[in-house]
Amino acid sequence: MAMTEKEHYPLSSIRSILQKLPHIEALGLTAMEFNRGSCLFEVKYAPHLVGNIESGVIHGGVITTLLDSAGGAAAFTVVPAGASVATLDLRIDYLKQAERERSILGFAECYRQTQHIVFVKGYAYHESPDDPIAHFVASFMVGSVGFAPNAKQ
Amino acid sequence: MQNSDSSLFDQVMQLKAAEEFAAISALIPYSAFVGFELVIDEQGLLTILRGKASNVGNTTIPAVHGGVVGALLEHAGVMHIIHACDITRFPKIINISVDYLRPCIGHEDTYARGYLIKQGKSISNVRIEAWQTDQKRPVAAAHAHFLMG
Repeated sequence: MAMTEKEHYPLSSIRSILQKLPHIEALGLTAMEFNRGSCLFEVKYAPHLVGNIESGVIHGGVITTLLDSAGGAAAFTVVPAGASVATLDLRIDYLKQAERERSILGFAECYRQTQHIVFVKGYAYHESPDDPIAHFVASFMVGSVGFAPNAKQ
Repeated sequence: MQNSDSSLFDQVMQLKAAEEFAAISALIPYSAFVGFELVIDEQGLLTILRGKASNVGNTTIPAVHGGVVGALLEHAGVMHIIHACDITRFPKIINISVDYLRPCIGHEDTYARGYLIKQGKSISNVRIEAWQTDQKRPVAAAHAHFLMG
């Protein structure tokens, strides 16, 4: 809708700016789906992301980064254009171990938005959201202290 | 013994006994990728995240990606248990809750320390704090549960 595109950041510009952030690039995170209010990111398995060389399982921090990125991206899609977003807090429940050599998907959606806070929840999985690796809940501050897509670099 | 001499757990326990925490870090590929280091000081184990351009997740400040800050706190929590507790296997994280308190500046080093709040037979609770220039002004704090046995 034209109105939506005027009031919010355009989805395409959030997507391209987030994809170019140094750590998103370094980790190899890809935005798979980008909707108003929800985002799906993927991280590919890579040997340098491993936390346990015996099991080959990637470090839990990779899942934190995947979900924080998906959550932050989802928050950006609902805030007014010009506003910044910064993670206030997040919680991750590790439900089962990720499998080696497999990509992980991270989904996050905004379930409540106020003037100052965007409330987000999500999960990480290999194949099906019904068989999650981790659950995620977070809140993001809306304001001027965080990262804004149109801020001068 | 459940573990053979060459098991990762045994290697880490031998390095722990020798206080060679840099060598433990070297066994973890993700540590080199983001720049985690482990050092022993008078207060125990200190986990360091080196300032690194590739960790930036917010180019406006620029600040370390919140996920990497979370990773640092989780890593410091696990490593604190390995350092401080008599364990028979690696602690497994159950959950972690992270509060972001101040911007974590991208080109500065970040320090993190764990505090064992409760060590149970099967589950431990750890508090972790991270700071940059002033320990009294933490950039982030977390509490996490770990499966011990």
